[in-house]
Amino acid sequence: MIEGILLGLKTALSFTNLFMVMFGCIIGTVIGMLPGLGPMTAIALMIPITYGFDPSTGLILMAGVYYGAVFGGSTSSILINAPGVPGTVATTFDGYPMAQQGKAGKALAIAAYSSFSGGTIAAIFLLIAAPMLSKVSLAFRSPDYFALMVLGLTAVSAFSAKGQFLKAIMMAVLGLMLATVGQDSLSDIPRFIFNSMSLSDGISFILIAMAMFAMSEALMIIFKGKDPSKVTKSISLSELGSIRLDKEERKKMLKTIPRSSVIGFLIGVLPGAGATIASFLAYGMERNFVSKEEKEKFGKGSVHGLAAPETANNAACSGAFVPLLTLGIPGSGTTAVMLGALLSFGIQPGPRLYMTNPEVFWSVIMSMYIGMVILLILNLPLIPYIARLLAVPRNYLVPLILFFSVAGIYLIYFNTFDIFLMIGLAVLACSLRLYNFPMPPLILAFVLGGMMEENLRRSLIISDGSFNFLWDRPLTAVILAGTILLVSWQVYKSFKK
Amino acid sequence: MLSRFKKLVTILFASVLALSISSTSFAIDKLHFLIGGGAGGGWDGTARGTGEALTKAGFLKGASFENMSGGGGGKALSFLINTKPENTVLVQSTPLVLRSITRHKGYVKGDDVLSYKDVVPIAGVIGDYGAIAVAKDSPFKTFSDVVAAYNKDPKSVKMAGGSVRGSMDHLIGALAFQVAGADPNNVVYVPYDAGGKALAGLLSGETQILSTGLGEVMGARDQVNIIGITAPERVADAPDVPTLKEQGFDVQFVNWRGFFGPPGMDKGMKKEIAKMLGDVQKTPEWEAVRKRNAWVNIYNPGDKFVSFLKKQTVEMTALMKKLGVI
Repeated sequence: MIEGILLGLKTALSFTNLFMVMFGCIIGTVIGMLPGLGPMTAIALMIPITYGFDPSTGLILMAGVYYGAVFGGSTSSILINAPGVPGTVATTFDGYPMAQQGKAGKALAIAAYSSFSGGTIAAIFLLIAAPMLSKVSLAFRSPDYFALMVLGLTAVSAFSAKGQFLKAIMMAVLGLMLATVGQDSLSDIPRFIFNSMSLSDGISFILIAMAMFAMSEALMIIFKGKDPSKVTKSISLSELGSIRLDKEERKKMLKTIPRSSVIGFLIGVLPGAGATIASFLAYGMERNFVSKEEKEKFGKGSVHGLAAPETANNAACSGAFVPLLTLGIPGSGTTAVMLGALLSFGIQPGPRLYMTNPEVFWSVIMSMYIGMVILLILNLPLIPYIARLLAVPRNYLVPLILFFSVAGIYLIYFNTFDIFLMIGLAVLACSLRLYNFPMPPLILAFVLGGMMEENLRRSLIISDGSFNFLWDRPLTAVILAGTILLVSWQVYKSFKK
Repeated sequence: MLSRFKKLVTILFASVLALSISSTSFAIDKLHFLIGGGAGGGWDGTARGTGEALTKAGFLKGASFENMSGGGGGKALSFLINTKPENTVLVQSTPLVLRSITRHKGYVKGDDVLSYKDVVPIAGVIGDYGAIAVAKDSPFKTFSDVVAAYNKDPKSVKMAGGSVRGSMDHLIGALAFQVAGADPNNVVYVPYDAGGKALAGLLSGETQILSTGLGEVMGARDQVNIIGITAPERVADAPDVPTLKEQGFDVQFVNWRGFFGPPGMDKGMKKEIAKMLGDVQKTPEWEAVRKRNAWVNIYNPGDKFVSFLKKQTVEMTALMKKLGVI
């Protein structure tokens, strides 16, 4: 393990990679801060740029963008009550009231310190957990993978916003359907290609990610018509107040951070649950932990209430790397985008990544620490200046994103068909979004779809056509039982209403 | 004013065009590589690596590359046949033979199916042999052990491979079983969508043997034993790995990668490119590229290449018929 850490440090500290962490963090913070644009958009936009990079460099850049976006999302939540990412919605509960009380600087500082601690502590957990899990994961067989993916898809649907379970399931099914286009990977038979050569290799993952996130986010900004940059202009950004914290505030944070880190990391590891759920859960749990009189302050600018979600969402980001790096299964929409990118580098994340590409494995973990430090610097003294970006008018931003999406997808495959397909899918995604259909289940299902089908069919081949494999191994049975529990809980909840 | 400008531009264009035509009429100094897959794939690496070595070693002044993915390489192949671009070569590999046998969607044109016969085979440059591997703690030490277990209970030996039924990975193993006197159709083949995943499947114990390319398992020799390769003799990079032939199973299979010209390509030009591809393999610049990609040099030019393709087509057609893939 020491060797691994040293190897990781050596790779992560190379000039290019250091630059990439920095670049990624800055880009991520900026994109994450802009309301409506989240880490998935940020990473999707990075894919064409990282094409042809060294895999570890590419992944380091994307990881930087990822936690940068989660960091940046808190800024807009606190200052203008418009979360840039779903993962920072819970931040608005106490962050915005605090800013209204003239303590915006303090709120930003608390968010920055909590994010830093959450991310760093979880990266230590990742450092310990990932190699251990890598060894265990070698014993995972096709039925276990299949069961895990079913659980992941169920979880991402179950944990999406309130009352959207059915809509989320529908989106997951749509994702599975899109994944069947092209050559099926076990017998090479073309499906749903409508005699088009451009479809015969399937819809490219990058295309889906760019269409569903980057492009449709940009189009949604036009549809919504509300320009938050106008709101920003009305706040005087130079009057954020002091960013110094007093002794009592520090003491409160010290209590909240450890427990929220643990919650955040564990939630992040679970397939299907990510930063959003982690932040809400941590916020709810924190309210139960604190004294009665502190409880009263929740929602009115409590230090605990701000620190908890901010710690947890960053911890969850690190946690989400565990299943990605050890099993090759993305646990969230964002890590799904990263998996797609890794595959295009020719790297197969999974039990053997640890052995085949140790430099990738370790340098990503190591670059997280470096990234956290950079983000802390970025977010503390520089925040008043960066926050000015919130005032960038949408009529500059939207065309830029559209341009990068179209140019990006064309530059990968040099196929004009892809551009039309992407625009079509982006329009479809927009109309679905207008009816409040969540996108993350779709993207996760699209990535998992092919793998899920393969693992199911492989299990059937190995068990000679019998479905016994569903309960033959305890591991498979336990995971599937968890899935059934999750569904029955959702059904029970909807009937109780 | 404007018309004078237009004239000037026209003259300029015409002279550039004339110059470019005159420059192509003698020695080849620039080559355009057509790649039937996206950036980062096997074809892409072969074309870009070869181009890099050719330019660095001074055989070419410049090399350009064009990715044209679609139809499993069929799109680039039909482009080469239909437009017959000058100074252009297409990179292809064993799937050219296999996909034309299985009538892969991207290779079918009306009633016909495209094959190596529709283009000009220049030379095979690199290759990879097939390999049968087992987990380190497996009871199988030789391929004969595998055959013995199979004869006792055909279902007890499950063979993993990194691609679909009827793909190279499947054919390598099936060929070995066929030579050993077994019906290759009864061998349980478990397909994975990547070599790495097939290897993980072998290590998890859900399959007993792995049939794939030697390059795929060379890096995993701390975890697997390679019990046989489909080379005519042992290879220099792995002298301790036995061939199937020396164990009494005369199985030979090469997954080649090579270059093709458009139909009607000038004979002299074909020869020159073939010679260039052979000569470059003796240079340190090629050696650097080869080492970086762990390629095996298997240089196979001109008519030899054509007869090899013919032989491989016949063998593979027979095997796939037996397997019921076609």
